[in-house]
Amino acid sequence: MKLDSKVPSGPLAEKWDKHRFDMKVVNPKNKRKFTIIVVGTGLAGASAAASLGELGYKVKNFCIQDSPRRAHSIAAQGGINAAKNYQNDGDSIWRLFYDTIKGGDYRAREANVYRLAQVSNNIIDQAVAQGVPFAREYGGLFANRSFGGALVSRTFYARGQTGQQLLLGAYSALMRQVDEGRVDLYPRREMVDLVLIDGKARGIITRNLVTGEYESHVGDAVVLGTGGYGTAYYLSTLAVNSNASAVWRAHKKGALFGNPCYVQIHPTCIPRSGDYQSKLTLMSESLRNDGRVWVPKKAGDKRHPNDIPEEERDYYLERKYPTFGNMVPRDVASRNAKAVCDEGRGVGETGLAVYLDFRDAIKDFGRKTIEERYGNLFDMYKEITDEDAYEVPMRIYPAVHYTMGGLWVDYNLMSTIPGLHVIGEANFSDHGANRLGASALMQGLSDGYFVLPYTIGNYLGGTELPKVSEDHEAFKEASNEAKARYDKLLSIKGNKTVKEFHKELGEILWNKVGMARNEKGLKEALEMIPKLREEFWQNVKVAGRPDSLNKNLEFAGRVADYMELAELMAKDALHRTESCGGHFREESQTEEGEALRDDENFSYVAAWEFKKLGEWELHKEPLVFENVTPTQRSYK
Amino acid sequence: MEKKNITIYVKVWRQEDANTKGRFQTYTVEDVNPDMSFLEMLDVLNENLIKNDDIPIEFDNDCREGICGMCGVVINGTAHGPKSGTTTCEVRMRQFKDGQTILVEPWRARPFPVIKDLVVDRTAFDRIMSKGGYISVRTGGVPEARSILVPKENADQAMDMAACIGCGACVAACPNASAALFVGAKVSHLGLLPQGRPEAKRRVDRMVVQMDEEGFGACSNHGECEAVCPKEISITAIARMRREFLKAAVG
Ligand SMILES: Cc1cc2nc3c(=O)[nH]c(=O)nc-3n(C[C@H](O)[C@H](O)[C@H](O)COP(=O)(O)OP(=O)(O)OC[C@H]3O[C@@H](n4cnc5c(N)ncnc54)[C@H](O)[C@@H]3O)c2cc1C
Ligand code: FES
Repeated sequence: MKLDSKVPSGPLAEKWDKHRFDMKVVNPKNKRKFTIIVVGTGLAGASAAASLGELGYKVKNFCIQDSPRRAHSIAAQGGINAAKNYQNDGDSIWRLFYDTIKGGDYRAREANVYRLAQVSNNIIDQAVAQGVPFAREYGGLFANRSFGGALVSRTFYARGQTGQQLLLGAYSALMRQVDEGRVDLYPRREMVDLVLIDGKARGIITRNLVTGEYESHVGDAVVLGTGGYGTAYYLSTLAVNSNASAVWRAHKKGALFGNPCYVQIHPTCIPRSGDYQSKLTLMSESLRNDGRVWVPKKAGDKRHPNDIPEEERDYYLERKYPTFGNMVPRDVASRNAKAVCDEGRGVGETGLAVYLDFRDAIKDFGRKTIEERYGNLFDMYKEITDEDAYEVPMRIYPAVHYTMGGLWVDYNLMSTIPGLHVIGEANFSDHGANRLGASALMQGLSDGYFVLPYTIGNYLGGTELPKVSEDHEAFKEASNEAKARYDKLLSIKGNKTVKEFHKELGEILWNKVGMARNEKGLKEALEMIPKLREEFWQNVKVAGRPDSLNKNLEFAGRVADYMELAELMAKDALHRTESCGGHFREESQTEEGEALRDDENFSYVAAWEFKKLGEWELHKEPLVFENVTPTQRSYK
Repeated sequence: MEKKNITIYVKVWRQEDANTKGRFQTYTVEDVNPDMSFLEMLDVLNENLIKNDDIPIEFDNDCREGICGMCGVVINGTAHGPKSGTTTCEVRMRQFKDGQTILVEPWRARPFPVIKDLVVDRTAFDRIMSKGGYISVRTGGVPEARSILVPKENADQAMDMAACIGCGACVAACPNASAALFVGAKVSHLGLLPQGRPEAKRRVDRMVVQMDEEGFGACSNHGECEAVCPKEISITAIARMRREFLKAAVG
């Protein structure tokens, strides 16, 4: 298989415009004849479904939750980037492009990232027109803030609820199309398989989560906007229903998986406390604008933080990175937190935490300003920890947050299966080996509003798509297979619960495919995961019935898929012996302990083809840099 | 500071499906860490049930941080529990005493039929939104963001109203099962912004008609909705909706 990225020729800044002109356009009258299946109603899925409906296509839109408005995107707190340069601090499309590609440690495609930066401005216009209440200044213009990895203020926000407000904007556009009869909504549905006919994606099988029925849906193209796979680790900042099953099913049907080992571990989360814990809570990175990260200079210093004098505190990020200070990118901040904890300087009961201190910010700007900026985050922190961060520094620790890896797609956002398009966090495309803050919302909406609606027309307009129906053998087969899989899960009646297995898998991943990885650990993971998977299929205990609402069964299906994906994550991490972005191989670091890339051998996207369980073939898409020169990232 | 683990009795509503009669059943959960969330306590209970070949309790939830609006049960008679300004998933066990019995019920309102146990069908809210909970703009065909100036006060107030998470607690708490706060919040959010004015009339008109069609009751100013709203949306939303509606009726 040869991977063709389909990046258009010509100068970087003109590629997208030229491509839009070159692409086939579907005659407006014919659009009604095409049905597009969009799985997911997050920023990516909802914006795509709404825009495709507006263009005149017939759209079927699916989600797991009871309403499209509840997709995981809703939880994003911090903000969304755009190159508007409203603050006149020297921002530009080029700078956003440059920051993003550098932030991703030069492991993303130039052309994709440039397009993302170009489109970023349209997203803000779109959201404002929809009524998204971005923060404003007294003059009625926008307030912006800055995020890690950038020296300009380009982030737009709506209090601490930016994801919610952007999603509600996309959801409102979606509901307008529902009212117009162009989009049919299917909530409480889980895609359990992808259906291929003549090698093309022609539909999906869903499980109706209320009745347990298996349903077939035919389409002319399938779009997956099903989010990331961070919950493979069990504990993460993701919503608990987030899962990789849709992309994994597609992968097993032939879609290559790009860079599965690129996982982002976010530096500012509330530390773990107990065994019962079901998820970790993110404290928005925007806090690093005003909070100062520190640990005691002495290991094992158990004094109350407010009793530790200034000269005995180590503001290690400010010390090591004077230019970016507390605003270094996430991977750098996370690794440094781990390092100081490994030295025994971590704080709190577990020693797995560092301080994020607002004392000085409160002194400088007053408590009221800090309340205005972060009030809801401080409240949330108090709810969870029972501590008042206005009085004592917050304790934070890194947690799994985002997956840069995902299904491989070309410039048109199409996977290696013709007709199967992948958008948002579910694809691998724009963030390389590390995503900058406030860039995921931007990418999801860019894909959904401004890229896919054009590129999918090119596919539909230029592809032979004979009529098929739900009675086709391929649908029956996929549906029976899915049913058999879930029936099997119920029939095992073993001794260990789904949650116990999930936690065990999560522990393996966190310890061996987490913040720092090495050959020995990865090899161990590669032995442990298949064993655990085998045990799972012999000894899992799933409760309840197949033909009714049964969340335990839903989770069993998702964990079963994670048992396979986890192996690929470890395999990818083992093969990539360099460090880059969020993928830190202990064997490959600079003298100062920074991630050391190996451009000569690893400047490519690793795209894995599924052969059979436990067996994959690696394909490489070389990354060519014509406009920027990859350098050792420096945030000093 | 060492916190002591506690024992909790959970008296919870069990109902097989919409057509079967439900009943309360009481379970004991031991060794509850006060730092646990209420839903984590239910997780522990469910794990015990599964291990004993029993059927776990179904309850909706997703983000577990108070923003998606998916969770929502009545705890000791109050939607989302005793503490104001929080969702069910934000309730922490430290709010309860050792040996306490906690009564857990689903939203009870005619437009929200029970699907199973504590899970209800809230799609009526989506249908209301489809009638006008938006500003009609096409992707791409919009003006430059800065061309629309919004006074800070309006932006802030619109944000207060836009904070609604669509959980349905307002309906569950209202003796009339009215959705006035939900609809009022959306009408206010969009109506407070210049972008939302052109459609203000049509919006309120259509949303109110749909609200009635779904079987939500009339608002008679009890104010229970405001008291339970996890996002503390003010009842002034309802007054604003009424004003817009009157304008729509006479205009
Ligand atoms: C706590 C938190 C805070 C964040 N803050 C920010 C931020 O400030 N700025 C930023 O840029 N990014 C942020 N991110 C990242 C960002 O929110 C996500 O990457 C992004 O929202 C993902 O959007 P999406 O549309 O790709 O997928 P999601 O929003 O995850 O949506 C997935 C959709 O797919 C559906 N789905 C999944 N599987 C199936 C299936 N099998 N069948 C049917 N439907 C399915 C789900 O129901 C859902 O509708 C944050 C992430 C987290 C966890
Ligand atoms: S689970 Fe999302 S608000 Fe409670």
